[in-house]
Amino acid sequence: MKAPRTDESPEGRPDTAEVVLAARNVAKSFGAVHALKGVNFDVHRGQVTTLFGENGAGKSTLMKILSGVQLPTSGELILDGEPVQIRSTVEARDRGISIIHQELSLAPNMNVRDNIFMGREIMGRTGIDYAAEERETRALMRELEEDIDPLTLVENLRLGQQQIVEIARALSVNSRILIMDEPTSALSASEVEVLFGVIRDLKAKGVSIVYISHHLEEALTITDHAVVLRDGIMTAYAPRDEIDLEWIVRNMVGENFDLGTPPEGHEMGPPALELKGLCVPAASGSGYAVNRLDLTVRSGEVVCIYGLMGAGRTEMMECVAGRLPASEGQILLHGKEVSNPTIAGQIGAGLVLVPEDRQRDGLVQTMSVGRNLSLASIGQFTRGLFTNRREEDVIVDQAIREVTVKTDGASAPIGSLSGGNQQKVVIGKMLATKPSVVLLDEPSRGIDIGAKSEVFRILADHAKDGMAVIYSTSEVGECLAIAHRVIVMRRGTIAAEFTHDVTKEQIMAASGESLVA
Amino acid sequence: MTDSTSGSSGAKPGKSGGVNLVHLILEGRAFFALIAIIAVFSVLSPNYFSLSNFLIMSSQVAIFGLLAIGMLLVILSGGIDLSVGSTLALAGVFAGFLMQGVELTSLGVILYLPVWAVVICTLAVGAFVGLVNGILVAWLKVPAFVATLGTLYVARGVALLMTNGLTFNNLAGRPELGNTGFEWLGFNRLWGVPFSIFVLAAIAVATYLLLTRTPFGRWLYSTGGNPKAAELSGVPVRSVYIWVYVLSGMCAAVAGIVLSSQLTSAGPTAGTTYELTAIAAVVVGGASLMGGRGTVGGTLLGAFVIVFLGAGLVIIGVSSYWQTVFTGAVIVLAVMLNSIQYGGKGRPG
Repeated sequence: MKAPRTDESPEGRPDTAEVVLAARNVAKSFGAVHALKGVNFDVHRGQVTTLFGENGAGKSTLMKILSGVQLPTSGELILDGEPVQIRSTVEARDRGISIIHQELSLAPNMNVRDNIFMGREIMGRTGIDYAAEERETRALMRELEEDIDPLTLVENLRLGQQQIVEIARALSVNSRILIMDEPTSALSASEVEVLFGVIRDLKAKGVSIVYISHHLEEALTITDHAVVLRDGIMTAYAPRDEIDLEWIVRNMVGENFDLGTPPEGHEMGPPALELKGLCVPAASGSGYAVNRLDLTVRSGEVVCIYGLMGAGRTEMMECVAGRLPASEGQILLHGKEVSNPTIAGQIGAGLVLVPEDRQRDGLVQTMSVGRNLSLASIGQFTRGLFTNRREEDVIVDQAIREVTVKTDGASAPIGSLSGGNQQKVVIGKMLATKPSVVLLDEPSRGIDIGAKSEVFRILADHAKDGMAVIYSTSEVGECLAIAHRVIVMRRGTIAAEFTHDVTKEQIMAASGESLVA
Repeated sequence: MTDSTSGSSGAKPGKSGGVNLVHLILEGRAFFALIAIIAVFSVLSPNYFSLSNFLIMSSQVAIFGLLAIGMLLVILSGGIDLSVGSTLALAGVFAGFLMQGVELTSLGVILYLPVWAVVICTLAVGAFVGLVNGILVAWLKVPAFVATLGTLYVARGVALLMTNGLTFNNLAGRPELGNTGFEWLGFNRLWGVPFSIFVLAAIAVATYLLLTRTPFGRWLYSTGGNPKAAELSGVPVRSVYIWVYVLSGMCAAVAGIVLSSQLTSAGPTAGTTYELTAIAAVVVGGASLMGGRGTVGGTLLGAFVIVFLGAGLVIIGVSSYWQTVFTGAVIVLAVMLNSIQYGGKGRPG
């Protein structure tokens, strides 16, 4: 293992008076995937330590280790100067560590009081002492300056208020260390202010906070220490007054690993896909996930769509692929309008979608590698009523070679493959349909950098052969890989459009990533 | 890059011979169970291992096997069909109703359909019940358990209404009306084997081909394994859901015809709780109730195991209450083994 390049990485025993929790060489592997490769950092009493890193950098794995969801493969956690093993979330809670997850873990069908005391109800002589619970809940809400009635159902609260309830729950168990995973992603600007006020109060009370956020500038206003992770390695560690935004971005994104360059030397063809004023209603029922979006992609062109979570990238792609209905606007495929597209219809017309979540939407876990690869192109090897095994084998073997899947053979179970190879199977499955337009939603998510560059090479090769490639990413470094054009999406519309010579900072600024919400 | 090179190493865990033997027994457990059942009961009772007993048992296997094959299709899709027992009864009663003659009051005639037409109409009734199930599940998003529980009651109720709770006893038909031959399915033998076994075999082979050689089979396995991934791969998931229930209903109708033909009577209470036996056969045959895993061969073995075990217990004189206990234990054991077999697979890491 390479030694992590660290600026002022703490080594050895921490100074126990200052440091409440320390991680020393913490590593975690899932089979062949190394999610964390030796991380060192300290959490100081009454201060905020922020973890920075792109998706897949290992932040959530680190969180799970700190909060007792997972045990590290190697390395140790030091709590109050003593090495500890945190085996469960209950144990973490007993030791004073609480976590507030990005996806809230509240029961929406229960009220605020019952959620806060879930699993540790106050017992009176005749069962649960609801009055005492309600009193304590009211006290907590006063402390947090939030006017939430303890008897309100959680599902009737706004997301920001639900976040406050989560924090109240963590406070009610007297947490000394509070881990907050993207706590502001669902909050309005005023709610963020309230949250930061709460964080300052907590600091004053000696509570230590581990904070994770994609909103870099916002995090910089609250943090005392910064830890930067990239590909499972801690790349930098420094106190707040020594760092700035540029330092964080530089360490997050790193030197450019060569993810390829835009394919050159071929003629761009006519427009393959045109979107005109496309609107997709939001899943929540109000507003639009995609709002009057115009986009033209030519044959042989590679377009990257960058944006934060909730920018509407996924909805746009799923609408074009026929999974979500559009409420307004036109989709033109090779100049012909497609009205009311269906998934099967779009595949037949040569437009395919590689979904974002390969476990949930991409793979059939009960089928073999070969069956997964041929699933979208069954028609190609069906003769009359029956499928032809020999012709299927030809298609499968070709797909395995083309997307370079490392497998024991076409009959191997899909679960035996590493994440990167599983992703190649999902891509290979869609490429086997011989599409002319391919949409890929976060094709590099959760795969290692070697597999990433291979995926991009495959896409670049196909673009050279005249395919229109549109991929989305939330890692800014990948925008600059093979894309001829970078489109930045924000709140359902195109916020900016760049050519290949754009810088990472420009892209991030356009997406709203580095701005206070 | 240490990651990319170690990518495929996880796929080759070193397996010793002992592990392989356990694996073999686990894979072929329904088959070994059947051998064990036959061996044990043959020792316990001289009457068990005889041609006449095997013929009697196989007539029962035909009924449950037909229901189980239909059930397998539904379970492969990730659903469940609780209505097959009632559909069997409704189909039997409907066939009996047609055999009695349909009086068309407006024309003043009584219509006696030939047997082949009766069979086709009865299959249509089974398909219709399945269609209702399929539409409820695929389009109206009613959970399969609830939708088919509803049709279980409705189909049974309609069967009772059609006969006022009575049984059609005379299904023989009359030569002068040209509608004889209904009992032929149940009684006739070909090379000494009840004809119903050939019906089962034909449907099993057709289903085997459907599952392994046609696009529909591939669609069904992928829909059961991961409906979202299947849909995004262009699989017509909703049609798959509808068709499995239609086919299950038709299988139940065939079973209903065979049963009423065997009994030469059709009663509205026939086939009560048969849906549970069919589910048991599918599960014992190694299919996963989560969908996506299961074979026709396994399901047939499962039907043999359930019937041969039950009949064996009868022959050695075990009380029917104990039979219920044994059958229940076998089912739970089968599901346990299924989760051992499938539990470790399909999860990353």
